[in-house]
Order: sequence, then C-alpha cells, then structure tokens
Amino acid sequence: MSETMPKTTPILQTIGLEKRFGGILAAQNVNLAVEPGARHALIGPNGAGKTTVINLLTGVLRPTAGRIELEGRDITSLLPHQRVRLGMARTFQINQLFLDLTPLESIGLVVSERLGSGADWWRLVGTKSAVTDEIVEIVERFRLADVMHERTAILPYGKQRLLEIALAFACRPRVLLLDEPAAGVPEAERHELLATIEALPKDVTVLLIEHDMDLVFSFAERISVLVNGALFVDGAPDEVARDPRVKAVYLGEELDA
Amino acid sequence: MLTILYDGIAYGMLLFVLACGLSVTLGLMNFINLAHGAFAMAGGYCTVFLVNRLGLPFALGLPIAFLITALIGGLFERTLYVHVYARSHLDQVLFTIGLVFMSVAAVDYTMGSSQQFVQIPEALQGQFEVDGIGMGKYRLLIIVICGLLTVALQLILAKTRFGSRLRAAVDDQRVARGLGINVGAVFGITFAFGSGLAGLGGALGAEILGLDPTFPLKYMIYFLIVVTVGGTSSITGPFFASILLGIGDVAGKYYVPKLGAFVIYAIMIIVLIWRPQGLFARGAAR
Amino acid sequence: MTVSADEVALYLKRRARWSPFEIAFWIFAFATIWLFPGKYLILKDTAILALFALSLDLILGYAGIISLGQAAFFGFAGYFAGLVAKYGIINEPVIALVCSGLITAALGFVTSFLVLRGSDLTRLMVTLGVSLMLGELANRYSNITGGADGLQGVEIEPVLGRFRFDLFGHNGYVYCLIVLFICFVIARRIVYSPFGLSLRSIKGNTLRAAAIGVPVKWRLVAIYTVSAGLAGIAGALLTQTTAFCSLDVFSLERSADLLLVLIIGGTGYLYGGLIGAVIYKFLQDWLANLTPQYWQFWIGLVLVVIVLIGRERMAGWVRIVRSLLVRLGTWLMPRLPALGGAAPDGR
Repeated sequence: MSETMPKTTPILQTIGLEKRFGGILAAQNVNLAVEPGARHALIGPNGAGKTTVINLLTGVLRPTAGRIELEGRDITSLLPHQRVRLGMARTFQINQLFLDLTPLESIGLVVSERLGSGADWWRLVGTKSAVTDEIVEIVERFRLADVMHERTAILPYGKQRLLEIALAFACRPRVLLLDEPAAGVPEAERHELLATIEALPKDVTVLLIEHDMDLVFSFAERISVLVNGALFVDGAPDEVARDPRVKAVYLGEELDA
Repeated sequence: MLTILYDGIAYGMLLFVLACGLSVTLGLMNFINLAHGAFAMAGGYCTVFLVNRLGLPFALGLPIAFLITALIGGLFERTLYVHVYARSHLDQVLFTIGLVFMSVAAVDYTMGSSQQFVQIPEALQGQFEVDGIGMGKYRLLIIVICGLLTVALQLILAKTRFGSRLRAAVDDQRVARGLGINVGAVFGITFAFGSGLAGLGGALGAEILGLDPTFPLKYMIYFLIVVTVGGTSSITGPFFASILLGIGDVAGKYYVPKLGAFVIYAIMIIVLIWRPQGLFARGAAR
Repeated sequence: MTVSADEVALYLKRRARWSPFEIAFWIFAFATIWLFPGKYLILKDTAILALFALSLDLILGYAGIISLGQAAFFGFAGYFAGLVAKYGIINEPVIALVCSGLITAALGFVTSFLVLRGSDLTRLMVTLGVSLMLGELANRYSNITGGADGLQGVEIEPVLGRFRFDLFGHNGYVYCLIVLFICFVIARRIVYSPFGLSLRSIKGNTLRAAAIGVPVKWRLVAIYTVSAGLAGIAGALLTQTTAFCSLDVFSLERSADLLLVLIIGGTGYLYGGLIGAVIYKFLQDWLANLTPQYWQFWIGLVLVVIVLIGRERMAGWVRIVRSLLVRLGTWLMPRLPALGGAAPDGR
C-alpha cells in the first residue's frame, strides 16, 4: 500500500477502529487519517461499511474496539451533540431536514444555536445582527436565496440536498463529513451541488463518501478505499485510479497475486 | 395475609385476561386501543342481560358473552379501526377515547347508570376454609378459568400455525407480509379474539370489579399499566405484570385504604423510570 | 439573486409582528366584557379553558409531547390556590396566582424527566399516572382537601384590594381575561424566539436537531416546565373565581376534553387552544341543552369523526384558510398606515 507520508498531525484520526454486530464485522482495524484542510474521499463498493464508519465517527454508533481522535483529542466516548460542539458536523445520506421550517428558519436555527442564543426565549429570531449576517452568507453560499422563504417540504430535491449540506456547514465545523451528497440528485441539479462543495472554504476539512466517481476524482486530493469493512488502499487519486486491485474490487475480477 | 395473596392472584389473573388482548393489539399493530375496556363492559352487560333477564345459566352466559363480544370486536375492527391503523398515536388515542365516551353514554342511556350485578349460581357463593385461609369460591373459579385460558393462549401461540403467524407478524410486520402471511386477517382474528377475551373478563369480573357505565374509564388505566409494565412482546410479560399489579392493588387497598390505587400508579411510574420499555420487553419496543 | 442581512432581519421581524387578525381577535375578546353582560360565567370558563389548552399546545403543538396529564398541574395549582386562600397564607389573589404558577412549574420540572423517557405510550401512561396519582393523594388527605366533597370554605380577597369576585362574574371574567392575555403574550414571545424555533426543530426531526447541536433534552424540560406553570395558573384561576376546588380537576375526562379542544382548534399556531376552547364550550353548552345527560356521547362522536376526516386534512384546510387570510392581511396592511404597515413590496 503506497502512501505519501503526512507532514502534519491529522485533524481526524481513527486508530484500530472496529465495529461488530453480533457475528458480523462491519468495520475492522480501520486506520483513517484525515489531514487538516484535506479534501478526502472514502469510497468502496456497496456494503463496504462506509456509512458505518461515518456513524462511528459521529457517535451514532459505539465502536467495539479502537479510538477516534479529533484534533488530537480522544472523542470515542462522546455523545453526538458533544462532537458537534467540538467541531464535527455531518450530512445524511437520506435527507434529514426540518420539513415544516423554511431554509431561512433552519439555517437561522443552527446559527443561533452556535452563537449561544439558542436558549433565548424573549428576544425574537432575527434581532441579533451577527446571526442575520451569517444567515445571509450561508444562504448565498449554498444558492438558496431564491427559495429561502419556502417550506422545506416543497423544495426540489436538489435544493433540499444543498440545504442538507448548508445546515451542517452552518455549524462551522472544523471537519465536515458528507455522506453521499450527490445521492439521488438529478443530472440537471448536480452541477450546482458540485460547485457548492468545491467552493467550501479551505479551513474546513472535508471527508466525502461518494459513489459518483466524477465527483470523487474531481474533488478529492486523497482517496481511501474501504472494502468489507477494512481499509484497502489509501493514497492520491491518480495512484488509486491506477491501482489494479481497486479496479478488480469494483469490477469483481479475481485479485492478482 | 395469605387471603390477600389469594385475592390478589385472582384479581391479577382477571386483569390478565382482560388486558392480554390489548397487549397483543399494541404489539402487533402498534395500535393504542383505549376503548378496550368498552369491550369488557359489553361482555359484562351481555352476561347481565343473559343471566338476569333471560334466565340462562351462568355457565352458558360466559361463553356467549365471549362470542358476542368477539363478534362486535371483529365488526368494529373491519369497519372503524381499519381506517385508523396508519395514523399517529395521538390520532389513535383520540379516536379510541371518542369511542369510549360514546360507549359509556350509550350504555348509560340504555341500561341506566346504576351498578349491575350478575346472579351467580349458589354453588359459587361463599368460601372454603383451608388452613384458616378464606378462599372465595368465586375467586377460585376465576383463577381456574383464567389459568386455563393462559395455558391455552400460550399453547396456541407456541404450537399452532396461527400462533406462529401471529408471532411472526408481531416481530416484523413487513417481513411477515413478504412471507405471504395475511397480516390483515391475522390481525382481524386476533383483535376479535382479544375483544372476546375482554368480554369474558368483563363478565367474570362484574362481581369483583363492579359493573357500571363508567367501567371503561375506571379500568382503562389498569389495562394500560399491565401493558406498559408487561411489555408487548410476549404473553408472560403481561401475565406477571398483572399478577404483580393485582397483588399490589389488593394489598394496597387493605393496608393503606385511603391511598387506594396510589400504590399501583407509584409502582407503574417507578417501573417506567427504571425500564421505559416495560419490565419484560425484549429488545427495543416500537 | 442576492439578499441582504437587513432584508432578512426585516422579514423575521415582520413575521413576528401582530397581524391585523390577531389584533382584531383580542379587541373582540376584550369587547365581550361589554357585549355579553349576561354570559360572564361561561365566558370565564372559556377563558380558563383557553389558557389550559394553550399550555398543552406549547408542548404538543410545538414540541411534540403527547400528554394526558396536564390535569395534574391544573388540579395541583387549583388546590394550592384554594388552600393558601382558605388558611390565609397568601391573601392577595394575584400574588397567590403567581405563586401557584411557580410551584406548579417546579412540579412540572421534577416530573419532566419521567416524561422524556420512553415511547409515546409510556409518556401517555406516565403523564396520566401522575395525574391520577395526585387525585388519589387528594382523596387520601381529605382532611386537608375536603376529599370527594371538595375544598370548602375558601374565601378570596378582592384583587388588588379593590375588585371583589361577585356572583355575576364580571370581575372574575375580567381577571381571567387579563391573565389569559398576559400568559398569551409570554407564550407568543417564546414561540417566536430562537428557543421556540429549536422546539419546532425537535418536533420536526429530533435526530437532526441533535446533529446540529441542540441540547434536545434540556429544551424539552424547559418547555414542559413552562407549560406546567401555565396549566397551573389556569387551575388557580378556576379556584379563585369559584372559591371551590374538587377532585374532578384531576380526572381523565378533563385531560381528554383538553385534547379535544386542541384538536378542534388545531395545534402549533397558539390560537388553536383559544379558538378550540370557544367552539368546545359552545358545543358543550348546546349539546348539554339538547341532551343534558348524554352530551358526552356527542363529544365522543365529534372526536371519532374528526379523526376519521383526518387532522392532516383539517390542518390542510386550516392552512389554506390562513394563507388566504394572510394574503388579505398583507393587502390590507399597506392601506392601513395606522397599523404600521410597510410600503407595498410586492410580496
């Protein structure tokens, strides 16, 4: 397994991460290292365990062995919302949105929470300029301005997907985990989504799970390949693309010795 | 003290027969049926009518009450309940509370609001004296009948094909449907049967629990306690919960009469704090 | 399309502004003091019921907590207010009212942790259980509470030393209406605040709310506490204006009727409880005149029919009506500068 030696300490790291479900080993000895500011993709065939890894990273699942470190700090036993407070946010493969709120309200909610006025019960939403400034910035970044007053439930799927990412981004995470952001997005709305992801600021580290190889290879600076719960290959895109074992795994051919 | 135990067990088993239909309904279709007590009441009033007014023997009144209530249950299920299965729990609660109000008022109108008593045959009145413990004959009958019913239920569930279909459907409805099990029919039959049992329980219990139009409201909370404490994934759970509650209630009313049902509510709340899924629930409840 | 922070701020502020219909509603509400002089007693009952329903709307419509136990707080405060008046512990009704609300809120806080555990059914059971338990306790200590006969010998001092509650109910009604209004304003602020928004997010998608950093449990505890306090104020109002309190304040029927009120009026927009209370009282009055003994049957039928029609469908109708009204309001607003309408902006 060829890899370039990391020069700095990883911002997100798993050491020997393992998850068993009864007799099934969904993740085994996963040693993932994500560099600060990286554009890191996690790919693999269906059922490889990619969403399991995300769930382990965000605390939805507890590992049966191993450690997770965020910025050098052991977060293995922290609850999901505590990890959010420490700077890790995620999106969901199937949209988890607030269907009765408008994008403006949803984003406003996340920003208010983050800026500490989430428990404010007397002031009205929108009276703090810090909050409204940020809402505007995020709405424009994610191209939601034209739909920001509509109920989320009636938005086109592409816009919902953008909102899904916008909510995670509004947490101002240090590490953003995107779980198949392009899933189900129709061709016509795809480019808007990709452009938005590519325009994410450099100080946000992005770990991307994706099936869409165009997106992966145009976006990622580093790719990890997960097969049957184990890290198979880990390196720069052109290395991974050239690796015959990766092709074999995807095309189902027998591995060469 | 042993008399209390004896009475408590009788009471508990009666509660079990009354409540097990509710437990299965909840576990099977995730449906909260607060009107379950109305079926019990129907059974009670049926028996009153058959035995007191028509002069049928008590032994005949009981099974007829079961059949009639089962029929009513099946009818209601097909015509009314089926529309509400897919709704939220709140809707189910409101719907069934509405049915309760309607049944309470309807019975009040037709049968009057005073308490009804079933004419129990001579043979069942009075009590035995065994080792200084007073064992009511009627209560003995209850224990025997309910005990037999419990065993029969357990056998049906465990040994018959219908039982295994039912258990499959309770476990995972979608998969059961996928295997070709007619979940709708299973549920219809089970609901009817459960309502019939409730009716039988109401008939049996008229003597002990008191039968009047407010019966569904008074006892609904007891059934719900049995179901929440006992869980919905087995027969044994509600069984033991019923016994526990029966003994607790009788003991409570004897030792601290003014507090009455306080003891049961306290038990329920403590149990639910400790185990939100019920004492005997296996895995996550829905 | 670009958007400015000022626009966003303006939009949010405008959203929270009192609409002409709200203003009309409250003007009419207060006008009833002079419009219906013979009906003070039923109006007062309606106001109390409205406040009670408002308290449930906050947890049901905004936070998604199904409760059959609001009666616990209603009854607890009812007895508290009666007892402090009877034994002369707190003589001024307004102070007693506030104290009743606070102590009931404390009870709500303590029981909130029970309510947050488990599924819908356990929540239903626990809330109902607490309510019935308090009823049993009140029965047990009948030497204090008067038991089945109710709390006797309660005498309420005049409000603020001047306004005595009389048989005609005028002062009682005005008192209740003012208290209702104040509580409503507080509830309204809560609902339009960031806290209120977080509640709606919890109700809409609890998983995502947690995933964006909302401390779900603590928010629910907070709103449950507030709701308990408001229910308590309603209960205290009843005792103060009738100088009586009995065991039926803890009954299942009371909690069930409350659910019915909210279902009729709709949840999640604050006025549901108020409108529902008016309709319910009217219905009850009319049905009780028709069939004095069996009106419960018709109430049950109404419940069944409403559920069969479907609350979603009804909510859909309500939404259509409301959007029509909003559009009418927005059209009216620029033409009524006295109400502070902004210049027409084409929205």
